[in-house]
Amino acid sequence: MENNLENTTNNNKINIEYSQFDSERMRLNAGPQHPSTHGVLRLEVELDGEIVTDIIPHLGYLHRCFEKHCENSNYNQIVPFVDRLDYVSAINNEFPYVMAVEKLAGIEVSEKVQILRAMCAEINRIANHLLAISAFGLDSGAFTPLLFLFREREFALGILEKLSGARLLYNYFCPGGVRYEIYSDFKKDVKVFIDSVRLAMKEMEDLLIFNDIFIKRTEKIGLLPKEVAINFACSGPVARGSGINFDIRKSAPYSSYDKFDFDIPVVEPGKEVVGVSGDCWSRNWVRVKEIEESCKILEQGITLLPDEGSVTDGIPKKLKVPAGEVYCKAENTKGELGFYLVSNGSDKPERVRARATSFVNLAILPSISKGYMFADLIMILGSIDIVLGEVDR
Amino acid sequence: MGLLNALDNPINADGIILGKVEDLFNWGRAKSNWFLQFGLACCAIEFMAVNASHFDLMRFGNIPRSSPRQADYIVISGTVTLKMAERIKILFEQIPEPRYAISMGSCANSGGPYWQHGYNVLKGIDRVIPIDVYIPGCPPRPEAFEQAVLKLQEKISMEEIFKKRERVAQEDKMLESMLKAEENNFIENVNKHI
Ligand code: SF4
Repeated sequence: MENNLENTTNNNKINIEYSQFDSERMRLNAGPQHPSTHGVLRLEVELDGEIVTDIIPHLGYLHRCFEKHCENSNYNQIVPFVDRLDYVSAINNEFPYVMAVEKLAGIEVSEKVQILRAMCAEINRIANHLLAISAFGLDSGAFTPLLFLFREREFALGILEKLSGARLLYNYFCPGGVRYEIYSDFKKDVKVFIDSVRLAMKEMEDLLIFNDIFIKRTEKIGLLPKEVAINFACSGPVARGSGINFDIRKSAPYSSYDKFDFDIPVVEPGKEVVGVSGDCWSRNWVRVKEIEESCKILEQGITLLPDEGSVTDGIPKKLKVPAGEVYCKAENTKGELGFYLVSNGSDKPERVRARATSFVNLAILPSISKGYMFADLIMILGSIDIVLGEVDR
Repeated sequence: MGLLNALDNPINADGIILGKVEDLFNWGRAKSNWFLQFGLACCAIEFMAVNASHFDLMRFGNIPRSSPRQADYIVISGTVTLKMAERIKILFEQIPEPRYAISMGSCANSGGPYWQHGYNVLKGIDRVIPIDVYIPGCPPRPEAFEQAVLKLQEKISMEEIFKKRERVAQEDKMLESMLKAEENNFIENVNKHI
């Protein structure tokens, strides 16, 4: 295995080398209850000794009939169901959906709403990445980071709770604006939050990210070459960890993202901090850096967000959506999330289809984890950061 | 802390505590419940938050276990689809007796938001396994979950162990005699055919 990996660093290609003796293959079932499958994913794994030779993911344990509900609800009633797709980053899910409805209905949104939406999305992104990093640490056997990072996560949830009234699933955005006005101490809270997150991430770099054990456990594992990532249409930290500079916030700025100045962290081949581009550590590292970028956006948002003006005025009394179809995408915390909306002119959509990020990203799992140990498979799955609610819908 | 006060001053209190053995057992059982680490959907994220630093479930004596064979109770945290329901039943039956179950969130209670059109969603986990505590909410607040844990502790500490044992012993006896009768029948049948 070691030699094999050394080769891969040079030509960035995965060569699967099974053991010399053709031994009997064993089929092992991981999940749907396994604690580190991040929900109810079931993996049927074929093993040669301890080396993974084949993986068949079985889905559908959390199929909650999203599209059926969309057929039977009106445009505003769908927002809660959209929340429940990727339940860790609910606000980021609402973003493309609400934009799609606005595009279809031709609703103009005020600048204050746009900036507030971007800020909410970034707070939510930080909360999601904190969870992803701590869960990744948990997969590698480090329990303490979870306790540290959830402290900050509670802070993020607190701000969003004060805005929307809910801790996890917000139902906050709606076509034309957001549901409730901003509370008076919002900017102050965000400032304190940014400071505490920065402090926590510095702590986390000592505790987990640059910990020697953690690095040994995650570097050069689950190599995802650039071409493979493009062919599988990966996006988000998974793609950026492999050196693809792709972020919809930058490449096709929506809402108010063109007003902010921020970078896209990419781990390009040859410029790695640790390990090689496209391994588990790099994917996690992108998330760590993104938290910092989100902090930057929030900082600018505090100055950009105007004090006067209402955020609920733009909501139409009766939402009239003309017949037509639209596709709207946004950068979710996990990558590109898009909604394809078909309207027939009534108050209920004809069809709502989600291009789910986690589902697309999960598709690479079989191709990048063959040839590694079974224990590494768990790390690879953790580094892709899937949410089963979005995979099964 | 009546117990500790008595221990502080054993001479005045004579170092004697009077009580039922049952209470002692229940006291121990109620205060250390291990649960099966098992998440289903969105509620599981709140469940994680309950376990983490801010709410700290471990101070109630609840420790996560990865195997049902080591657990005392199971938390159904999220939407139960028809495909998952079978597995949950198997998991629950693997937990050794006495076992308990907490249903967390409207989805597990009744189908929740997916009640009307969710063709693949089980409308309430209590159709499959018996539930001790229900927590409303979508998702329930962590405080609500802690309340549920306290309720479960209350329930466990009121249990009548010895009466239950008597009842179970009787049932066992009946079962045994039934089995014996069946066996005799079988042997007779076989003998006849020979
Ligand atoms: S009750 Fe609500 S939060 Fe809980 S699993 Fe169901 S939809 Fe998700």
